Amino acid sequence: MSGANSRLAVFPTRMTLSVMKQKLKGAQTGHSLLKRKSEALTKRFRDIVRKIDDAKRLMGKVMQVASFSLAEVTYITGDIGYQVQESVKNAQFRVRAKQENVSGVMLPVFESYQEGTNANELTGLGRGGQQVQKCKDTYIKAVETLVELASLQTAFVILDEVIKLTNRRVNAIEHIIIPRYENTIKHIISELDEQDREEFFRLKKVQGKKKEAAARDTLERESRQAAEGHVDEATSKEIETEIDTGVLDAAMAEPSDLLGGDDEDIIF
Amino acid sequence: MAAIGDEDSITGLLLAGIGHIDSHQKKNFLVVDAKTPLSTVEEAFQEFTKRKDIAIILINQHIAEEIRPLIDEHDQAFPTILEIPSKDHPYDPEKDSVLKRVRRLFGE
Repeated sequence: MSGANSRLAVFPTRMTLSVMKQKLKGAQTGHSLLKRKSEALTKRFRDIVRKIDDAKRLMGKVMQVASFSLAEVTYITGDIGYQVQESVKNAQFRVRAKQENVSGVMLPVFESYQEGTNANELTGLGRGGQQVQKCKDTYIKAVETLVELASLQTAFVILDEVIKLTNRRVNAIEHIIIPRYENTIKHIISELDEQDREEFFRLKKVQGKKKEAAARDTLERESRQAAEGHVDEATSKEIETEIDTGVLDAAMAEPSDLLGGDDEDIIF
Repeated sequence: MAAIGDEDSITGLLLAGIGHIDSHQKKNFLVVDAKTPLSTVEEAFQEFTKRKDIAIILINQHIAEEIRPLIDEHDQAFPTILEIPSKDHPYDPEKDSVLKRVRRLFGE
């Protein structure tokens, strides 16, 4: 996977490390929040699905009753279809959409209302007026059921979409963003450790060089003092050369000793 | 609201008062009978889905069956498409595009 081993291109410093740690924390919080949101939505979604299933079945029955009452009207009044279609002017039965908030998701809820006058007042004036009225009421009830079902269905479609989106985000954070931050943090820590080791070694080296120089100084001073003393006291040239070579040997041997061992007493 | 259906369904829905004719003399319903060509139904459906003042489209299931590709293509929340049973064609929940999705989700 692309996100498995990738890390952000950042400069490994302590400040970036703390920033990254904060970001990781933020990502984890966001992940848990989104997960909870997705669970809440899924619960709601299941409710809606169950309701849709019921409502669809109910609608079948309601429409059947409504069709039957229309058949009654047709039987008594004759065909009113043409008349009804021609008398249409303005919608009397209308819907408006309200919004309902489910964990930050706006779900539309349709609400039906009646407006204006009845366009079919005169339908069935001759005969069957009562049946027409009854049929109208039945159909109004049926349409109300339909409107309810429609709002459920809209909520279904929207929730479906939002749940997919939320789950995608949850997965993205879980599998890409958090590992990436973790990798970055690991990288920064290892880089910082590496720098620490380098610094330690460098300081050790500097200390060693300083000791070497100091030892050479003391040796030189000692030899000079020794030489002066010999000039004063002893006149034999043989002894002087002997000591000189001995001192030189010691000077040669000392630095290598300093470099090799004696680490315990080096304090930074 | 808009409706596409056979004469009886439309008559009933119009009785309930959903019919509307706007200032351009455009109806929000379409009566489909055996002679109505499929292209008319498709045009009407597409017009209804584009109109801003329509939130719900009611369509008879047997007509929906004929323009099924169009309905499956329509994935927006607005307007909602609602398949309703008609007098001559009993309601079959298995064919409904939304119920199909429901069933797919539950893996039935």
